[in-house]
Amino acid sequence: MEVIHHPNSYPNLHPVERLASVIGGGVLAVSAIRKGSPGILRLIAGAAIMQRGLTGHCQLYEALGVRTAPYTATLPYELGIRAQAAVTVNESRPSLFEFWRNLENLPQFMRHLISVEQRDRTHSHWIAQGPADRKVEWDAEIINEIENVLIAWKSLPGGDVDSAGSVRFVDAPGFRGTEIHVELQYNPPAGIVGAYVARLFGREPEQEIEADLGRLKQYLECGEVATTEGQSRGSESGSRRQVNSESRSLPEKVVA
Amino acid sequence: MKALCWYGRGDVRVETVPDPAILNPHDAIVRITLTAICGSDLHIYNGFIPGMEKGDILGHEFMGEVVETGSQVKRVKRGDRVVVPFTICCGKCFFCTNQQWSLCDNTNPNAPILQKLYGSSGAGLFGYSHLYGGYAGGQAQYARVPFADVGPMVIENGFSDEQVLFLTDIFPTGYMAAENCSIQAGDVVAVWGCGPVGQFAIRSAYMLGASRVIAIDHIPERLQMAKESSKAEVLDYASHDILAELNDLTGGRGPDSCIDAVGMEAHGGGLEYAYDRTKQALFLETDRPGVLRKAIMACRKGGTISIPGVYGGFIDKVPMGAAFAKGLTLKMGQTHAPRYLRSLLEKIEQGLIDPSFVISHRINLSEAPQAYDLFNRRDGGCTKVVMRPS
Repeated sequence: MEVIHHPNSYPNLHPVERLASVIGGGVLAVSAIRKGSPGILRLIAGAAIMQRGLTGHCQLYEALGVRTAPYTATLPYELGIRAQAAVTVNESRPSLFEFWRNLENLPQFMRHLISVEQRDRTHSHWIAQGPADRKVEWDAEIINEIENVLIAWKSLPGGDVDSAGSVRFVDAPGFRGTEIHVELQYNPPAGIVGAYVARLFGREPEQEIEADLGRLKQYLECGEVATTEGQSRGSESGSRRQVNSESRSLPEKVVA
Repeated sequence: MKALCWYGRGDVRVETVPDPAILNPHDAIVRITLTAICGSDLHIYNGFIPGMEKGDILGHEFMGEVVETGSQVKRVKRGDRVVVPFTICCGKCFFCTNQQWSLCDNTNPNAPILQKLYGSSGAGLFGYSHLYGGYAGGQAQYARVPFADVGPMVIENGFSDEQVLFLTDIFPTGYMAAENCSIQAGDVVAVWGCGPVGQFAIRSAYMLGASRVIAIDHIPERLQMAKESSKAEVLDYASHDILAELNDLTGGRGPDSCIDAVGMEAHGGGLEYAYDRTKQALFLETDRPGVLRKAIMACRKGGTISIPGVYGGFIDKVPMGAAFAKGLTLKMGQTHAPRYLRSLLEKIEQGLIDPSFVISHRINLSEAPQAYDLFNRRDGGCTKVVMRPS
């Protein structure tokens, strides 16, 4: 599992805003130099605004999930969060491909997915549990499919989630089942702030995918997903403590 | 039902808890007729196993009668008398199909946590912390047994509960420890720790052809059991320089294999023990590897170190240079219990061993908290406690 964040360096400013930043920041800096030492803060601020214009990247915008630069693709490579995970399942490649290709199977082991509805051969509608008990919905399109080898998809504009991903099926050496490799790239709702909020609520995307794949493996290899939910246990507080250090005697030892 | 629940270090209580229910199609519910406290339960009792939650039901050595089965359970049926191995195994994954049952891929619902800690996760275990799945254990009147068709073995009449109960863990554990030594005729095997696993390791080493077994401990009753009942030569580490004695007893060669049946809470004397206690108290190491160090130093060139004792975290000052220079083989891990059930039952049937010899205390489950305390202090000749839950 590897997650790649892109904390800076990609442009998120519109060209007009970049130009305005360079000019505005420059004017601020020059005015500071003319006024002498009291203008040091203005000099720093001016330089920062100029840098924002020159690089086209604004940290504040990134943190707020704001972007004024025009999109050139549904999900530009440099944007969002990318994660990859893999699992080996003791099943044949065709059977795993078939299971996954029936997208409506996915909520059985992807815990955050509520439902997937297949609308036609390549289009589907997804509903998932988002951060803070918010439901997120989107439409997805399969953009590449090689039977028993690969499925790739991307979300369509207008949904709550901006994502693209692929799953590859590879024979493990020595007939030891099939490797499933998942790559996912997505823009979390409301930018990096959204990802931060999601993390606070225990929804780390990379852990989710890894755990999802573990459940897929359990489900396909042995027909159930391991659980202890609903098993018996003592209450949190329990009854009164039953041994104090003074009354340690056992009735009597019975030797075999 | 009544169950023994964990509430903190040195604090276990018999509680009234809800009866277990079938949660998955391969589950069965077992009414427990006999259960035991394992030495590894003491690691939990002493607070060395992370991932425990208040109210967790302990116990991983239990047997009983199947009273309910899930929709996909085909082999065992209501009324069957079963022993339940402590590892929960799916029977379908790469590891189960290769007889490495304790490494099962599919039975730990909390596998991601262990993956972070250890790189990957083995099988879920009964009553052994949430790292190993958080499954409710068998020191109770009933237990839910997942994959009931895979692990549990049906026991026909003709054996008492006490004769077959230890097939769940300590007998296979001692046996696998000896098997891991790849014993050849003429071999001398040294066993550190004369608790129940050590006792079974001694007897198994003889069954597998060892010429001599030398057992090391400091508790008089356990040394006596090792000597008189399990027929080992014994050394008390409190009064002997173990390395010098082993060297002498083996004509300068060293034991052909060394078994560490102690694990993370090794006791001992002197500076080394003080060093480990201090580091452990400061959280600079989690486990005390006093026995492992000695076993490596004592073992003959080209020999095997077999480790059935449990380790959980990090250890310090282990003489890796000696292990390397002497070309030692290290073998370890949770026992692949289901692998041994059938063959060890046959040994019991043939009269080669009666595992009930380790039992020192027979009590009711209601007395479990006192028994934990007694067992933990190794007082009153306490080697093994079995409990009737009714």
